[in-house]
Amino acid sequence: MWEQPFKDLDFFPEAASTIAWEIDALYLFAVAMSVFFTILIFAVMIFISLKFKRRDEDFVPKPVHGSVPLEILWSVIPFIITQVLFGWGAYVFFKYSQPPVDAMDIHVVGKQWMWKIQHPEGKREINELHVPVDQPVRLIMSSEDVLHSFFVPAFRVKRDVVPGRYQKLWFEADKVGEYHLFCAEYCGNEHSKMIGTVYVMTASEYDEWLRTPGNGEEETPAQAGERLFSELRCESCHSAAGVGRAPSLANIYGTVVTMEGGERSRVDEAYLRESILDPKRHIVAGFESTMPTFQGQITEEQVFELIAYIRTIGAEPVVSGGE
Amino acid sequence: MSTASPAIPQQERPKPNYLNHAHGFASWLLTIDHKRIGLLYIAVISLMFAIGGVYAGLIRLELLTPEGDLLSTETYNRAFTGHGVVMTFFVLVPLIPATLGNFLLPLMLGARDVAFPRLNLLSWYCYIVGVGIAATALLLGGLDTGWTFYAPYSSTYANGSVVLALMGAFVAGFSSILTGLNFVVTIHKMRAPGLTWFRLPLFVWAIYATSLIQVLATPVVAITLTLLMLERVLGVGIFDPALGGDPILFQHMFWFYSHPVVYIMILPAMGVMSEVISCFSRKAVFGYKVIAYSSMAIAILGFLVWGHHMFLSGQSTYAGLLFSFLTVLIAVPSAVKIFNWLATMWGGSIEMTTPMLYAMGFIGVFTIGGLTGLFLSTMGIDIHVHDTYFVVSHFHYVMVGSAIMGYLAGLHFWWPKMFGVMYNQVAARTAAVLIFLGFNFTFFPQFIVGYLGMPRRYHHYPPEFQFFNIASTMGATVLALGYLLPLFYLTYSLINGKKVGANPWGAKGLEWEMADSPPDPENFEGTPVVTEEVYAYAKEEEAVVH
Repeated sequence: MWEQPFKDLDFFPEAASTIAWEIDALYLFAVAMSVFFTILIFAVMIFISLKFKRRDEDFVPKPVHGSVPLEILWSVIPFIITQVLFGWGAYVFFKYSQPPVDAMDIHVVGKQWMWKIQHPEGKREINELHVPVDQPVRLIMSSEDVLHSFFVPAFRVKRDVVPGRYQKLWFEADKVGEYHLFCAEYCGNEHSKMIGTVYVMTASEYDEWLRTPGNGEEETPAQAGERLFSELRCESCHSAAGVGRAPSLANIYGTVVTMEGGERSRVDEAYLRESILDPKRHIVAGFESTMPTFQGQITEEQVFELIAYIRTIGAEPVVSGGE
Repeated sequence: MSTASPAIPQQERPKPNYLNHAHGFASWLLTIDHKRIGLLYIAVISLMFAIGGVYAGLIRLELLTPEGDLLSTETYNRAFTGHGVVMTFFVLVPLIPATLGNFLLPLMLGARDVAFPRLNLLSWYCYIVGVGIAATALLLGGLDTGWTFYAPYSSTYANGSVVLALMGAFVAGFSSILTGLNFVVTIHKMRAPGLTWFRLPLFVWAIYATSLIQVLATPVVAITLTLLMLERVLGVGIFDPALGGDPILFQHMFWFYSHPVVYIMILPAMGVMSEVISCFSRKAVFGYKVIAYSSMAIAILGFLVWGHHMFLSGQSTYAGLLFSFLTVLIAVPSAVKIFNWLATMWGGSIEMTTPMLYAMGFIGVFTIGGLTGLFLSTMGIDIHVHDTYFVVSHFHYVMVGSAIMGYLAGLHFWWPKMFGVMYNQVAARTAAVLIFLGFNFTFFPQFIVGYLGMPRRYHHYPPEFQFFNIASTMGATVLALGYLLPLFYLTYSLINGKKVGANPWGAKGLEWEMADSPPDPENFEGTPVVTEEVYAYAKEEEAVVH
């Protein structure tokens, strides 16, 4: 497929997600508007320079110092066009900023120079992302080192992957196929090798792919997190009974907690991540700041596994009489 | 170009001018004459442009094939960083203000020099020291952070002479600040009697707006680069999350300068446009005040839009919304300028000289550059085109196509004023056409390959993008030829060019009507008094009197 030059020459990118057509429509509107004004300005400029070409060396044209109606006209027209672009662009951006509730979470870690991906069922892959077609997918992305940016041109989605925080991106692929995955933010020497392939499969193919054995470890992130939770002795303070030195984690995901000082915070991935890596920053009201940081002691993937486990605490009956 | 061509009598007087009244290296290196300082900048900036151009040539040659077979990945990454650092900090930022601005501002104002001539020389030395430090960084092997120096890559992970390059940009920044300060004071305090604000040439308005940005924005990048050096050298956690810092903070601080810097590049070019178009249409500028105010509007709005570089960085979506709104607003004063220039040409007596060809090229290229800027400020489109070749192409249309074409228009317009000679018109027009065609040929394909999804700063790329890269490289060859030509015919004009009088274009303005070509070391005999409106091409009576 790659041998012959220009064999796959395209002038417009393939579209394979539900957002793609919306961005393409907006883009094509902007292209049409730009082509119109570019041709108009070139045509007027060439027309003027021919019509008013200097013929008489002594001719001094009558000066015109301006025209208020014209200035208003050619301010208002660009203003309206720019507002259409702004409004439409903001509408598309906001419409796709929140994933649907039934999105499946896939965890992505960017590091120099690879994409490490883990599926909710535990399957891991590198520089490849397998997703089912017609299923919203939410990527929870973090970086182990520098800035990266997750970019799938065929889906028209891109999001910077920033160390020290979770970045989220979602898409719903609507066409089975193989698509480029690029790192779009310069990240060092092998930046242009930090590429991969997104495989969009039918739901049954995806299920089958999930079941094919990988590298032996088919523990789910939540199971790995549970193991880690006990290895790190988290439960000695975060006891399930809710009477320990630290808040109980049962059913905590999705709730709103009140901090010392009255600030309120929703317990989501970003909050849990910060609580593990920088526990002194926000203290839940009524507790002492006793937790040590796990910054530098556990990997991004382990943080994610812990969070995956914390999300399950309380979902099943807890052993000793929790709330 | 015979030397026997009839010379204008005025030139026969053995009158000293700023070029020949003093000789020797010291008379140049210690000069406090704004005209000589302007020429010093032209010499060094031209050299830097050549160095940046060599890097560009390496990049374009490498991208001929998708495999990355000419340069190693490391060399390629250092080449695009060198290209960006040299071209941004050492060519485009000082390009028009330090060269044409220095040479022309006092002449246009009817002043003997800028307000602080010694400070002006110090500015040049800041620039030279900055150049020296940056050149050392590049000679020691360079760096691969990209000119944007994004943390934490630049502060923690990158190898190479990062600190030296930052120091170079830091020191050169002082040149920009001091020049801006000098010009603001000069414009406020040194105007000739009768030269009111609304009689100022629009080039002066543009330089004024530019100077305000230089004074207000450059200190922020100086602080940012200093903080980055602190983090890199001493490990002070500011931007690297592993040290407790915030990488998004770096982007905010960096773009707070580096977006306005685009207006430092483009506003003076717009100022040149107003002068050139008015002169060669032999007509007062249409909508003078609107153009003057639009320069100020662009300068002010330019400070409020930096976040449009960060829609996908993790910045709040509501902040992004505001930045998107403010950014698209800039299209209005920009479009208004283009319409006013076209209206200036309407009904004029248009002469297609070399500067006018560049001016028309500028309008064409800036139209495309400006319109594609709207794509990027539209949040929905930016999701897809951010960090692709679409962005690369857009900012080259504005920063290279427009700014350099504006500079070349000005250089060709005021060349006879600077040196009292005229260059070969055929060669000059050929160069102008080659630059226009070569530029579009180079960068237009990059819009297409950008929308196809080719990310920027890629040493290797998927083969389906090759067609567009070959087109780009072919265009770049034509463009390079176009940029090389002036070196020859302008140099030749200095040796053997036709001597011209004070005002070969029949232009209005104190620099044309009241000063010799080349001007006297003191610029004017006595202080000019301005008694008429600006661009009074239609009036027959004596423009200005002593």
